[in-house]
Amino acid sequence: MSEELLRIDDLHVAFSTRRGMVEAVRGVSLNVGAGEMLGLVGESGSGKSVTGFATTRLLDAAGRVTGGKILFRGQDVTKLRGDDLRHLQGAAMSMIFQNPRAALNPIRAIGLQIADAILTHKRISKDAARAEALELLRAVQIRDPEARMNAYPHELSGGMCQRVMIAIAISCNPSLLIADEPTTGLDVTTQKVVMDLLADIAAARGMATILITHDLGLAARYCRRIAVMERGRIVEEASPRTLFSAPQHAYTRRLVAASPTATSRIEDLVTEEERERYATVVSKPRQEPAHGTPPLLEVRKLAKRFDQGSAAVADFSMTMAGGESVGLVGESGSGKSTTSRMICRLIDPSEGDIVFDGQSIGHVAARDFHRSRFRKDIQMVFQDPNESLNPRFTAFDCIAHPLMRLDGMRAGDALRQRVEECAERVGLPLDLLPRFPHQLSGGQKARVGIARAIACRPRLLVLDEPTAALDVSVQAVVLQLLDRLRRENDIALLFVSHDLNVVRMLCDRTIVLRNGGIVEQGESRTLFDNPKTDYTRKLVEAIPHIETGELLAAAL
Amino acid sequence: MTTGLGATMVRAGRRLLSSLPALFGVLVFTFLLMRVLPGDPAVFFASGPNAGKEEIELIRKQMGLDKSVPEQLVFYLSDIGHGNLGRSMMTGQPVLKDLRERLPASLELTFTALLIALIAAVPLGVIAALRPGSIVDHGVRLFCALGVCVPTFVSGLLLIYVFYYLLGLAPDPTGRIDVFTSLPPQRTGFLSIDFLLAGDFEGWWAACRQLILPAVSMALFVIAPLARITRASMLVSLGSDFVRTARSVGLSWRKVVVTYALRNAILPVITIAGIVFSTMLGANVLVEKVFSWPGVASYALDALLSSDYAPVQGFVLLMASLFVLVNLVVDICYGIADPRVSIE
Repeated sequence: MSEELLRIDDLHVAFSTRRGMVEAVRGVSLNVGAGEMLGLVGESGSGKSVTGFATTRLLDAAGRVTGGKILFRGQDVTKLRGDDLRHLQGAAMSMIFQNPRAALNPIRAIGLQIADAILTHKRISKDAARAEALELLRAVQIRDPEARMNAYPHELSGGMCQRVMIAIAISCNPSLLIADEPTTGLDVTTQKVVMDLLADIAAARGMATILITHDLGLAARYCRRIAVMERGRIVEEASPRTLFSAPQHAYTRRLVAASPTATSRIEDLVTEEERERYATVVSKPRQEPAHGTPPLLEVRKLAKRFDQGSAAVADFSMTMAGGESVGLVGESGSGKSTTSRMICRLIDPSEGDIVFDGQSIGHVAARDFHRSRFRKDIQMVFQDPNESLNPRFTAFDCIAHPLMRLDGMRAGDALRQRVEECAERVGLPLDLLPRFPHQLSGGQKARVGIARAIACRPRLLVLDEPTAALDVSVQAVVLQLLDRLRRENDIALLFVSHDLNVVRMLCDRTIVLRNGGIVEQGESRTLFDNPKTDYTRKLVEAIPHIETGELLAAAL
Repeated sequence: MTTGLGATMVRAGRRLLSSLPALFGVLVFTFLLMRVLPGDPAVFFASGPNAGKEEIELIRKQMGLDKSVPEQLVFYLSDIGHGNLGRSMMTGQPVLKDLRERLPASLELTFTALLIALIAAVPLGVIAALRPGSIVDHGVRLFCALGVCVPTFVSGLLLIYVFYYLLGLAPDPTGRIDVFTSLPPQRTGFLSIDFLLAGDFEGWWAACRQLILPAVSMALFVIAPLARITRASMLVSLGSDFVRTARSVGLSWRKVVVTYALRNAILPVITIAGIVFSTMLGANVLVEKVFSWPGVASYALDALLSSDYAPVQGFVLLMASLFVLVNLVVDICYGIADPRVSIE
């Protein structure tokens, strides 16, 4: 191993909260060599970001290092004060953050922001700093950098903002870069471009990098060594190949299983213990619909134009049979959410028709659709389980609400029974029903959202990125739940997602959208294995495959 | 940048146009309100308590009050269209002239008060936000609570008692300037500025001394909302991701707090300052009364008490127009301060 740059020794970090001190990091030891790229992988709450923030001394006021050492070039970072600290930050180590747009000052031109960072550590004139900032924008491959110098963050895309953030982080040639979920929230293709850029820059400048991520596949693709964190501890540290082929720790095994790959099936996502429950599910053989019955859903030449822009969706047609699952994939701005909302009748289409069960529903105004008898049949599960539940409703109220509104049920034993039945079907423990959303975990909230959607026994469930905000292990369980619901109750699923691996597992058919139009559609496995269009191929290639990581590791 | 400014101007113009119907509504509403209020101006302005019926009737005719209300409204509106706000029965002068004489006094007082309030409130809010939960924070909170709890006329009287009666530092609380001081040639109407322009520093100092106590008692009342909003938005700013970014590259404390945090935090303060200014302008009647300040608010109050229609209607119209104007200025300031606003 090359010369040691950073050594973390038995680090403990605690946060003072209303309920006393909470230990977020409990005894983490790590070392990073000069120029090395280390992956730090774990789910939310594992303490991976806190470890990063402790190293760069950016912990919140409530957080404190309560034990251990962080040695950077032999110097204990935790004891630095004042100017010594400032010379370290930015000049010797810097950080890239998760949400690039929020991480940049919204009312300061990006050129100035980069120059600010340069001027802090170098005694040069403002003009020289500006010239250097321009050079950095070129280095991070921003098109037309001269014009972009005066741009504000809101005028740039998420990927562009992250490049600017990288430019700021590398402006003073630090020897250590900590990237905290640098590409989470970016489209897969952008994710690949940004990560490749980051890896190239790190290699070219000999920067050591700690890549903090929840995505094992991403870490495997770019790092030679991965440390897995769980509940404030490092449970395993190994090369990607060993990690995937022979995970030692139970948690790593669970994480590896839950990370969807090109070949994994829904059943594989959880380990033995959980699988037993799944195996008991009786899957009803799918009945072939009788000849001549209309499809459950037929969409004809749907289009949506917002106020004055070009069409968000144009000429979109599809059909779905009962109990079928269809995936709708595309990058942000491809119109997939708009399409799903039109089918859900939450927004009105500008053109085209939606036929549900032989009846046209496209012309019922969205704001009157709640009176339609089909409202019960088409339900939706939203992306963010935190935002889509009423904070003043208990889990019980959330699930009971559609039953009262759409099924006309009154408060009483019958309602209680139905709600409890729904909770049981989605695997939500009944003692959680009186709780409010903020007292539930992300996975539990997702279950409440699904229970609410299936309460009225819909025939079509539209899911808009239902697992995007969840940890992979929770996502695995939710995906299994959805698949089981589809088999047991013959609910058709329209699954909107940017995660191709998930769609490939869950959906029979997939539709690829780009700029509001269908690029390609077909049976999921065929489509992903042999993409016919360049765009689909690009999408498929951009997914961080764990196999690729293994090959990469083997090649090195 | 120029396109941003242009867009802001277009937006401001559109805002101005869209506020015209509201102004018209205010006009009609005030007119009707004055007719509904008890009190007969003709009786009030008759020569004496024993004025006969014929005399009152005559006055009523002269004032046009014998016509029906809709007719009166039409006359009133056409007068306004010709830039005539009517004549005050109290002063015997055209309302427009009265308001023009008195408005600068009110504006000068309000501007000074707002300036004092901002100079005090923004640093207080920033200090409180930098050390939330500390003694400083609690001290600021206490100070703000006191400022809001004590009505302006009480704080005004207290200030007079301490600085004029006990300490003798302040001049008599009687108007804008000592009666014996010769006035500077009128240019802006703001005495403190006119004296400076005339090069009369003694007069300037006298005017400022008169101004300071009423301005401070008004400022005390509005420091609280300004300081609280500064503290709240500063806390959000300091906790934001971009401040963390600024710290992560080691920017100096000053740069982080002032350039990154405060410049973002000041945006909501601009909005609140606009609202506060408009409110102060109309609501400073108590301060004007306590300090015998010859402003528009005390003028309107006197007119209201003597059922003098024209000045009250003129005053309300003036206030409404100023409100529109202030909002416009706030809008433009916001557009300049925040590049995200001009996009739409």
